Amino acid sequence: MARFVANGFHRMDAVVPDELNAKAIGVFDAGVPPVPYGTPVDEAFPEGSFVRDLIAIPAVAGAIRSLVGPDPTVDHHAVHIREPHEGGAQPLHGDAIIDTRTDAFDVQLMYYPQEVTGTMGGTLSVPGSHLRRTNESDTGRYQNLRGQTRLTCPAGTVVLLHHGIWHGGRRNDSDIRRYMFKIRFNPTAPQVRTWDVSDLDDPRVSEELSRFFPWCEHATGRLEIYNRIKVWRALTNNTAFDIDYWATRVANRPGRV
Amino acid sequence: MKQQVLVLYLDTSALDSEVRAWAFYDGTGKTNPTTGDSDLPPYDSGTEALRDGWRLFQASQLIPPYPGHEYETSFMKHEFFFEKLE
Repeated sequence: MARFVANGFHRMDAVVPDELNAKAIGVFDAGVPPVPYGTPVDEAFPEGSFVRDLIAIPAVAGAIRSLVGPDPTVDHHAVHIREPHEGGAQPLHGDAIIDTRTDAFDVQLMYYPQEVTGTMGGTLSVPGSHLRRTNESDTGRYQNLRGQTRLTCPAGTVVLLHHGIWHGGRRNDSDIRRYMFKIRFNPTAPQVRTWDVSDLDDPRVSEELSRFFPWCEHATGRLEIYNRIKVWRALTNNTAFDIDYWATRVANRPGRV
Repeated sequence: MKQQVLVLYLDTSALDSEVRAWAFYDGTGKTNPTTGDSDLPPYDSGTEALRDGWRLFQASQLIPPYPGHEYETSFMKHEFFFEKLE
């Protein structure tokens, strides 16, 4: 979880079995029925449906449960296709609108049923960008950032993303249609200790949360750590949590209310 | 005469600091740059671009944070626009 708070994503390569991947594109071409915003998962994806089977894969179900908590609802879902030689990429963006929550977050599942090679326009994402307060495609001016991820992956890969992460579909320079299926999940309960918390005191938690990313200015990187401390305090319900005194130092006002 | 525009995002407000992010827009039509098309920046610093003939025409200002928003992060802070004409 600490790595997710720092990176803004959790990637599971080839987690979906081949028999499901083989069905996926046919299902997506036929269309996945839309659902109203806020539909409970069980209603949105009935027993026996392809998507239900996808999100019931134990590693996927466990990750969703850990990140979003119990009984999430489906915000929306969509099939995204990058056509062969389409000529352009999406501008770098965050989905929906600027979202200032520090004690709750949505999770976006991205599922890639095919192998994605370097020329197929796999999703561009910027690790650690999710806590930056920007609105949708206002970041479109940025083309490339050091340490960015230009996704290549084996078939059946699932990535779970914090709602705020900067990302975009890259230009598909191959001869192959590239498919990605996305589901946005909303929490319905406080996202507090929703995962295995038996190792909360492990020093690797602070190490993960202290990470600097190659694209991030050094000074702003310190603020990123401060903001991760705030998120971690909310997720663990521990208002005393700190790393290297960053949050404690600037709140220390002896004798003041 | 056509303009090529290079945008470099640097580590600090100093022009000789390291490149963190970049963009390139080509008015000559000779290239077709786009989002996510490279993992390596064209230069390691702003001054390296100057030495290669790029002319700086805009730099982001140093604006104090708005009161109450001192710890928020948003856009890349140190943006430098360069041009070449051909």
